[in-house]
Amino acid sequence: MTDQLLFAAEVTLNGLMAGVLYALVALGFVLIFKASGIFNYAQGVLALFAALTLVGFQNGQVPFAHLINAVFGGHLQSFGWQLPGAVAIVLTALVMVALAVLIERLVLRHLVNQAPIILFMATIGLAYFLEGFGDILWGADIKKLDVGLPQGISETVETLTDSLFGYGFFIDNLDIVATLVAALLVISLTLFSQFTKYGRALRAVADDHQAALSVGISLRFIWVMVWSIAGIVALVAGIMWGTKSGVQFSLSLIALKALPVLMLGGFTSIPGAIVGGLIIGMGEKLFEFFVGPMIGGATENWFAYVLALLFLVFRPQGLFGERIIERV
Amino acid sequence: MFYREAGDFKTSYSDDSQTFPIRFDRWRYYGVLAIAFGVIPFLINDYWANAVFVPFLIYAIAAIGLNILTGYCGQVSLGTGGFMAVGAYACYKLMTAFPEVSILIHVLLAGGVTAGVGVLFGLPSLRIKGFYLAVATLAAQFFLVWLFNKVPWFYNYSASGQISAPERTILGHAVTGANTTAASKYLFCLVIVFALAWLARNLTRGSVGRKWMAIRDMDIAAEIIGVNPLTTKLSAFAVSSFYIGVAGALFFSVYLGAVEVGEAFGIQKSFLVLFMIIIGGLGSIFGAFAGAAFLVLLPVLLKNILVGQLGWATDLAAHIELMIVGGLIVAFLIAEPHGLAQLWRLAKEKLRLWPFPH
Repeated sequence: MTDQLLFAAEVTLNGLMAGVLYALVALGFVLIFKASGIFNYAQGVLALFAALTLVGFQNGQVPFAHLINAVFGGHLQSFGWQLPGAVAIVLTALVMVALAVLIERLVLRHLVNQAPIILFMATIGLAYFLEGFGDILWGADIKKLDVGLPQGISETVETLTDSLFGYGFFIDNLDIVATLVAALLVISLTLFSQFTKYGRALRAVADDHQAALSVGISLRFIWVMVWSIAGIVALVAGIMWGTKSGVQFSLSLIALKALPVLMLGGFTSIPGAIVGGLIIGMGEKLFEFFVGPMIGGATENWFAYVLALLFLVFRPQGLFGERIIERV
Repeated sequence: MFYREAGDFKTSYSDDSQTFPIRFDRWRYYGVLAIAFGVIPFLINDYWANAVFVPFLIYAIAAIGLNILTGYCGQVSLGTGGFMAVGAYACYKLMTAFPEVSILIHVLLAGGVTAGVGVLFGLPSLRIKGFYLAVATLAAQFFLVWLFNKVPWFYNYSASGQISAPERTILGHAVTGANTTAASKYLFCLVIVFALAWLARNLTRGSVGRKWMAIRDMDIAAEIIGVNPLTTKLSAFAVSSFYIGVAGALFFSVYLGAVEVGEAFGIQKSFLVLFMIIIGGLGSIFGAFAGAAFLVLLPVLLKNILVGQLGWATDLAAHIELMIVGGLIVAFLIAEPHGLAQLWRLAKEKLRLWPFPH
């Protein structure tokens, strides 16, 4: 019985770690939703795009190599250099900022004052575009991402728990790093929004667009900033997921997993994103562990959505969301 | 000169409230029908049927269905693929359980089954709205696809986990299975599309449609003037799911013949149909047709140009297609949020004044 219990504890712990990764993606959603009321479906594709760009820079791939080869002939593959991880990450962050500027210029600026649902659909269009663009830019094959993060089973945890409970827990080093990074990210974002000038402007915009405009805050600048931050959060998420499971199309599907996280936590709350991520991650692992074998397994595909659906029926604004007040 | 109300005198109420009050519009409609029923079946070959006409007709049904829910009733759904899967599997179970009953009845019954499932997943719409509902419909999408994958009863315990349509005939012509002709497949779909589009057009013109639109425009205000949100939203889910279920049944039995649920009815299908109604125009039956035609023809066209003419690799063409579709959606939302249907409406306004615009 204790074995079973310890095993369940291990599953829970692993679920929590997976939940942190969901929360990382959800965080990007919340930032953009708070600042501009846009539900950014493209967040997952942003993570994919960031990871693709990172790998591309690291391996010195020639951008558009496939397209150039198809049009002009030839066999361009790579420049033949290897960039160190840190340099590539900085370059990719710059690309994400540039992308944020472009998105604001070309898309958002023209859609001011449209209904939220139109903006949502625009981000779906954006997601498709970026997906195709990323593939053309860097090629669609599955890539290995390695920026020097520790991987594999953590031996410290295993020996520690073995000596304590007589049963070694298997926990991936990468998950531990991801948890630390996520904590760091949340703390720095909170500090940023509480104690800096731009952070205050950001909160003002989130509170009331028009009031913020009237005291001289540039809405466009704030939007570019928010999309840049979301791009960088996407980069972090892309690095974690890419290291874990390779850089490939399915990376963009984690965006879909982040949706129930958001519904649980509430669209407007950063702590909500974290707590929601943890609940979903833990819930789906435990459900798969206890109930999955009875009904055929692979329940992870839908459990999160059904949980969120049931949850919403009782609390439509999520755990930490602002109360929805409707006026006629 | 020809697109005018002038000179077309209405002498009864039914004349006045007909679907196409302008004579030119009416004749154009009869003309399109005459070509669709009288000319195309004699010219069609397998390539055109499989690559263009049959998918166009089937997607048009799905798009009309989603348009009823999203465009007319304002409830965004991302569960289209899942509901199409319900239609397909219901049709398969019915076809194999009652081989002597006509396929037409099976297809309609499959729609009915889907309508029931749709109402079930539509229940949360009474509590939650907007994005939250969109995400809730994702639960339907993923759960249904998982269900059809995992429960062997649905695919009759076949080893591959696929379902494949046995041969069924209508009036002696095979419409499903291996021995179909292009014309019979096309005509079978066309008849169903014609009937369903006619029904949808008249539903949305009548009191049911007006209630849907009232809920879409502002649900609280609609409730105050006496529209019952429960029956209105659920009826939209039921009718919409019926259409989508019929589309799924046809997609499986007539178009593909054999499907694997995750591949044929995945989340991508939901987005594809959603894009059709965005590009075509939300809240317009014509828009559903226009959007379906556009997104069925675009890949065929791009493939012919990029792969056939320029000789590029197919994966490259697929990526460029993604980019173009995504770019077009953004461009459409910026330039014309009401889609192709609105362009058509504007063109008609211009025609009405032409050649003396002032």
